[in-house]
Amino acid sequence: MKQRQPLMLLLAAAALCIIVAVAFTVGRYPVPLADLLKIIWSLAGGAPHGLDPTLETVVLQIRGPRVIAAVLVGAALAAAGAAYQNLFRNPLVSPDILGVSAGAAVGAILGIFLSLGVVAIQSMAFAGGLAAVAMVYLVARAVRGHDPLLVLVLAGVVLGALLGACVALMKYLADPYNQLPAITYWLLGSLASTGSRDMWVAAPLLLLGLVPLWLLRWRINVLSLDDEEARSLGVSAGRIRLVVIVAATLMTSAAVAVSGVIGWIGLVIPHFARLLTGPDFSRLLPVSVLLGAGFLVAVDTLARTVANIEVPLGVLTAFVGTPLFLWQLATARRGWQ
Amino acid sequence: MRLEARQLAYGYPGRRIGSDVSLTLDAGEVLCLLGPNGSGKTTLFRTLLGLLPAQDGAVLLDGRDLRQLERNETARLVSYVPQAHGAFFPYTVREVVLMGRTAHLGLFAAPSARDHGAALDAIRRMGIAHLVDATYTRISGGERQLALIARALAQEARMVVMDEPTANLDFGNQVRVLERIRALAADGIGVLLSTHDPDHAFLCADRVAMLNNGGLQACGAPEDVMTAPQLQQLYGVEVAVIEVGLGQGTRRVCLPLAAQGGTGVEAS
Repeated sequence: MKQRQPLMLLLAAAALCIIVAVAFTVGRYPVPLADLLKIIWSLAGGAPHGLDPTLETVVLQIRGPRVIAAVLVGAALAAAGAAYQNLFRNPLVSPDILGVSAGAAVGAILGIFLSLGVVAIQSMAFAGGLAAVAMVYLVARAVRGHDPLLVLVLAGVVLGALLGACVALMKYLADPYNQLPAITYWLLGSLASTGSRDMWVAAPLLLLGLVPLWLLRWRINVLSLDDEEARSLGVSAGRIRLVVIVAATLMTSAAVAVSGVIGWIGLVIPHFARLLTGPDFSRLLPVSVLLGAGFLVAVDTLARTVANIEVPLGVLTAFVGTPLFLWQLATARRGWQ
Repeated sequence: MRLEARQLAYGYPGRRIGSDVSLTLDAGEVLCLLGPNGSGKTTLFRTLLGLLPAQDGAVLLDGRDLRQLERNETARLVSYVPQAHGAFFPYTVREVVLMGRTAHLGLFAAPSARDHGAALDAIRRMGIAHLVDATYTRISGGERQLALIARALAQEARMVVMDEPTANLDFGNQVRVLERIRALAADGIGVLLSTHDPDHAFLCADRVAMLNNGGLQACGAPEDVMTAPQLQQLYGVEVAVIEVGLGQGTRRVCLPLAAQGGTGVEAS
């Protein structure tokens, strides 16, 4: 069992590399693998590739940012999901549990409603996600005398429902010809309009969230026990929990601001990973990150190639992911081991 | 090494459960806490472990007030064995026991080879080496209890607090766990445990404390404290304490009388 773990990590990394390579080559403008390698080589300081500049534009300006965005968003959602499932001791928890997506949706839709620009909409989505979780956390802190975890989840669910109502209201009031399609499109998630500028902002935020999760990996394991037990083992449960919530919220907010709401990944990819590696967070986190990234790149590649129009990511992730997950669940030999 | 409760009052915010409890536990000694349901045994334990703040009085570890210790400092001195429970995720026994090393790890560290060694050592001491790679959620209640005690051993604290370590165990496992507890005391560890079976106090305790109505009813050596009147007062049922000859020496046992109509047995 111990020797199997590095292998699993290696396999997941290899799968991600293959999926990324495929994502660069297929599309309306096919790029042969050899040409792709030449472009990367010249980029790394090697010989000039001497190919059609259109090819380079496709690889570096169009597909590059989009593939990188898919890698980062998929990784962030899966990592945040894995951390939250440990934190809330519940495998049915997704990164949305504390209202981050609902808050981001309200922010973004308000931006669309007010006919703001793309950057403003993204900033509002990011801020909305952070504000929603901060509010949930403060409400939960103010309520005393209950199980802190339960209060946190309840506050998240209640506030999430309120924000959902705000979204519904704005959809109802929105201009049905311009704004409503934009809102619906955003709520279904897409990476079609991701540019390299988005990545310069989002990538550091995503990494900033990932680092504390990795550093605290062992403490996060212990937090998946009862609060009292974790504390009796020497973990300052409240403090670690706050750090994990901040890190996961930062990542999810940044991801949602770039891509819109993409459900499913944060909920199911950690399960996948757990079936492969077991629950130890120091193995679960890297494998979740790799699987989440690979999965979203694959789905996004499908989203832009299967039909003449872009298929919304939020729809496709569930359509592709659910059969995959059920298959994995049925064939995993000893279930959760 | 000594764990001491000094005129301790404990409870939850707005609700006092017990007060004026003074206790000491020295390394190498087994102190057994008896008390009826709802007498606040678990709450007292939580306060002694620093999981609940003392409402009045103090808990001292080697003379240092628990309130002045960081969480991981406390955990290096006192460990806690909760009642055997399910886990939320299917960790292996090795991983569960490794969690006992947390207090010795830096904030950002994961267990090292030395920690793995300490965990394995603790697992062997509890006699469950064959379960090292078994899934904790799939072993029996008795095995889980032993794994949790192993986790407390891996924590390397000189004091261990065990909340009903024999609850939900079959007869054989109860005796096995009590034997392990005696062995721990022989190794110089101070054990504070609670139980609902007064016979367990006769089996393993150096001293007995009786918790009743939010205070200590009695505290002392089992032979002095575990008398029929004390037990009757504690549990509200008629009890006989009988001395039975066993091999060379004698042993005491408690017998409830109510079921037999309470007649015919002479209490010693």
